[in-house]
Amino acid sequence: MSESKLPVVRLQDVHKSFGDNEVLKGISLEVNKGEVVAIIGASGGGKSTLLRCATLLEEFDRGSLSYGDVQVAQDVDGHAQYGGKKVIGAAKEKFGLVFQNFNLFPHYTVLKNVMDAPICVQKRDKQEVEKEARAILARMGLEGKEDLVPCELSGGQQQRVAIARALCMNPTILFFDEPTSALDPELTQEVLRVIRFLASEHMTMVIVTHEMGFARDVADRIIFMDGGVIVEEGPAEELITNPKHERTRAFLSKLGD
Amino acid sequence: MTLATMLGMLGEGFIMTLKIFALTLLGSMPLGILIALGRMSKIKPIQFLFQAYISIMRGTPLMLQMFAIYFAPYYVFGIELSPSSKFNATIVAFILNYAAYFAEIYRGGIQSIPRGQYEAASVLGYSSVQTFMKIVLPQVFKRILPATCNEIVTLVKDTSLAFSIGVAEMFSSAKALVASQVTMTPFLFAAAFYWVFCLLIEIVMGKIEKKLDYYHD
Repeated sequence: MSESKLPVVRLQDVHKSFGDNEVLKGISLEVNKGEVVAIIGASGGGKSTLLRCATLLEEFDRGSLSYGDVQVAQDVDGHAQYGGKKVIGAAKEKFGLVFQNFNLFPHYTVLKNVMDAPICVQKRDKQEVEKEARAILARMGLEGKEDLVPCELSGGQQQRVAIARALCMNPTILFFDEPTSALDPELTQEVLRVIRFLASEHMTMVIVTHEMGFARDVADRIIFMDGGVIVEEGPAEELITNPKHERTRAFLSKLGD
Repeated sequence: MTLATMLGMLGEGFIMTLKIFALTLLGSMPLGILIALGRMSKIKPIQFLFQAYISIMRGTPLMLQMFAIYFAPYYVFGIELSPSSKFNATIVAFILNYAAYFAEIYRGGIQSIPRGQYEAASVLGYSSVQTFMKIVLPQVFKRILPATCNEIVTLVKDTSLAFSIGVAEMFSSAKALVASQVTMTPFLFAAAFYWVFCLLIEIVMGKIEKKLDYYHD
């Protein structure tokens, strides 16, 4: 199989427990290039944990994970075995993560937030990175904000800086962990607009969200998670309008209230 | 005795005070980082060791620690005390004592940095050293400034404890002058010296705080 045909990310039978509490009970997920996947479900269903496992903020106990041709973790006799420092570093080049609480570096300007990692981690040329960072910020509608610090921006602007910071690393896939949950409805819209724009440019994305209308519009595929398993998944429109599973129906009808 | 002579003698003592002050800061502030890291170590015995160190250093009088360090070479190793022993013992005791306090200030600062900062850095691929030096430390520095200023100002006045071991710093000079001249005026001048010195520190620290005021989280 040639490199381009490999899924951008592939998780297989991932299990994760915190103490006695099994949060992920065998999750398998493949995302292909250019695909936008939305993950929905009630709180505590394992959505965020799945994202944290995929972005190496948590180590899972069983299962395997790969990004393209980089095998991050392999299942060996029911135990996840992670690759060494080099492999982990290579994997981190492949993905970006946008947090619910932005997690910008407060002591850096907007521009430095976006430029620092490409320069210090990827060791890229400073001038080239600056040019790219300014272009990305402009695409995020943040022209003129380059020299401000995060605390001078609105929540929506901060989140767009966080998206720019992730994009400047040139990831093959971008994860979003409830990117608008900390924002009011108006600011939510400006962040969703940016994500829609990225979708139109065929950025590969996995988005954990509570915004059903948005998920249906922007996602190619929706995954409904509950109780640590994927209950149902399918084309966005179909899963929302015609859910097959009882639990999916119950979850969606509760939202309608 | 003229006022000028009196001030001159106090000034000489003040130079010794300054010496104790500067050497203590120079030694204890970096040492504090190591102790803080030890105190936060994931290895239990190391953590416990540094916890015990901090507890003892904070829980016993600095004056007593000075005496212990002054006499230890003689009683434990049989080394003859020399004229410079008093000063050396004072500096060592001050550094060891203040490092414990600084370590706790650093620890408080480091632990106050939100998890999200580490997570953002991790996802972006920063190494742990890069994360600490570029992301955590600058933010810690800003957060601990007021507590650090407190500690530095306390040190200015604590230098007078060296009097008890016979190091001729400013308070010793003042005390000697009070006894020989039968007047309380030297004490008044000494107090003024301490206060003005502290005031200068407050001004400098205030300036640094203002400089770092360009952001908040």
